Amino acid sequence: MTETRLRIGFIPLCDAAALLVAVDKGFADAEGLDIELIREVSWSNVRDKLNIGLFDAAHLLAPVAIASSLGLGHVKVPIVAPFGLGVNGNAITVSPQLHAEIIEAADSNVLDPLVTARALARIVAERKRGGAEPLTFGMTFPFSTHNYQLRFWMAAGGIDPDEDVRLVVLPPPYMVESLTSRQVDAFCVGAPWNSVAVDLGVGSILHFSCEILAHAAEKVLAVRARWAEENPDVLARLVRAHQRAADFIEDVSNRAEVTAILAAPNRIGVDAEVISRTLEGRLKVAPDGSVRTDDRYLLVGRSGAARPDPVQAAWLYAQMVRWGQTPLSKELLAAAKAVFRPDLFDAIVQSGEAITTTPPDGIGAFAGPAFDAEDITSHLNSWAIKHR
Amino acid sequence: MDASLNIVIVDDSPVRAAILEEGLREAGYVNVVRIEGTAKLLARIYALDPDVILIDLENPSRDVLEQMFQVSRIVKRPVAMFVDQADSASIQASVDAGVSAYIVDGLKKERIKSILDLCISRFNAFDRLQTELEQTKSALEERKVIDRAKGILMKAKNLSEEQAYALLRKTAMNENRKIAEVAQSVVTAAELFK
Repeated sequence: MTETRLRIGFIPLCDAAALLVAVDKGFADAEGLDIELIREVSWSNVRDKLNIGLFDAAHLLAPVAIASSLGLGHVKVPIVAPFGLGVNGNAITVSPQLHAEIIEAADSNVLDPLVTARALARIVAERKRGGAEPLTFGMTFPFSTHNYQLRFWMAAGGIDPDEDVRLVVLPPPYMVESLTSRQVDAFCVGAPWNSVAVDLGVGSILHFSCEILAHAAEKVLAVRARWAEENPDVLARLVRAHQRAADFIEDVSNRAEVTAILAAPNRIGVDAEVISRTLEGRLKVAPDGSVRTDDRYLLVGRSGAARPDPVQAAWLYAQMVRWGQTPLSKELLAAAKAVFRPDLFDAIVQSGEAITTTPPDGIGAFAGPAFDAEDITSHLNSWAIKHR
Repeated sequence: MDASLNIVIVDDSPVRAAILEEGLREAGYVNVVRIEGTAKLLARIYALDPDVILIDLENPSRDVLEQMFQVSRIVKRPVAMFVDQADSASIQASVDAGVSAYIVDGLKKERIKSILDLCISRFNAFDRLQTELEQTKSALEERKVIDRAKGILMKAKNLSEEQAYALLRKTAMNENRKIAEVAQSVVTAAELFK
């Protein structure tokens, strides 16, 4: 078999695991794929290089795949996601000072996101009365799960994310430094950056994103829709290599080998132990060493994480509408859902394994009514705070 | 050409930023400001109120600039990408060169076409300069290694400088390797025998 050469872009984050292992463990090679991995510094670069064809595929934020397909914020290039690289995996980290204030203002268990969101609302109101600067929250991109998770959480407590606080984009490698220098009071980011902040003693993890949304599509393997149509065979080989990698990663007996692959300087480039915590879902959450575990912290292939779910795309589109990034229309909703392609996944990966661990509505949000992908209007109407 | 346009360059390579600024000034643009670093980047950009923002693609802060597309409280003037949907050749050229441009909404793109073209050519020129510099550096390194190998051979085998060099060259030809590679082997071996 002649080797097919592919160029694939990624951002050094733990949820690039399936892609990195597919290449470095030889699963891609076994499918006749010679993949050149290109480590990128910004999501804008990944998006642009995928769009113009410098990359054949990319590790991409799920909402960016949708935004690109709808032409939001940038050039319109239809993208499809035949494979989910990760579900969940983010966390909200706050400065020691804000953490103390939230505990002080909370009326019950701070493990409950509704309790912390309401506590935060009280702090925000107090600051307003005192004429203090609004709190600043860092997130990774305008079209990111981090942005929507932060907004969903605080709005449930009565905070208007566009009026009452500042939300600013920060590249993940700058998050920790910005928290240290107090340019931000908190941030929402993926692994390993929350753990890095905790290890340095400059922040405490307040919530895992899976406490806010039990099942949230995070990154996808993204390809141009046209490329997928023109290269069905290459796509199938690429997805198969990813599925084998995801299975390999989720087999706990391979943990040491997997973390060694991911920790390499030219891959994620952080301590293997930090990556290990992420994959185990066992995170040190405060500088005092306290630990929180959640086996849904980051899902790579488990619980149906690899199979793209259009319900996830619909939820992300609904957040774009809620926060004024795009209008609401049937056509746009349909176009957003069409980005996630379970049909391609099913045709390539014969798993046959029934998926039973996802929440009943596919999302499992901590607040609000169950999500119905057929009825975005009701979802939006159930929220007092929105910017449509 | 509109000399009064406010242009901001965001580039952490001071040399490249200077080359670009010089090019813009030569072309007649007088309001050009370079900024570096990441602290409060958006606030500093807004304070300058630019019409055009140029950023290198190796800069992670590019994602920060994407926030300017959003309608939100912190964004005073909405920003658009320079290139429009149909202009994929422009995107390709600028991404290839490693630069991206953002302009405030409403500015006619013909007015800044020349700026982007200039960026692309200056970025490409910088790239060539870098490559040449790398080549010069490695040529210098090679010469140093060859000199050391010659010295080792002269001492060990009691050869003249010409003879030592001829020996290196002959070995390289026989083994189909570069002289510098053979010289490196000699240096490494000598280190081991120390």
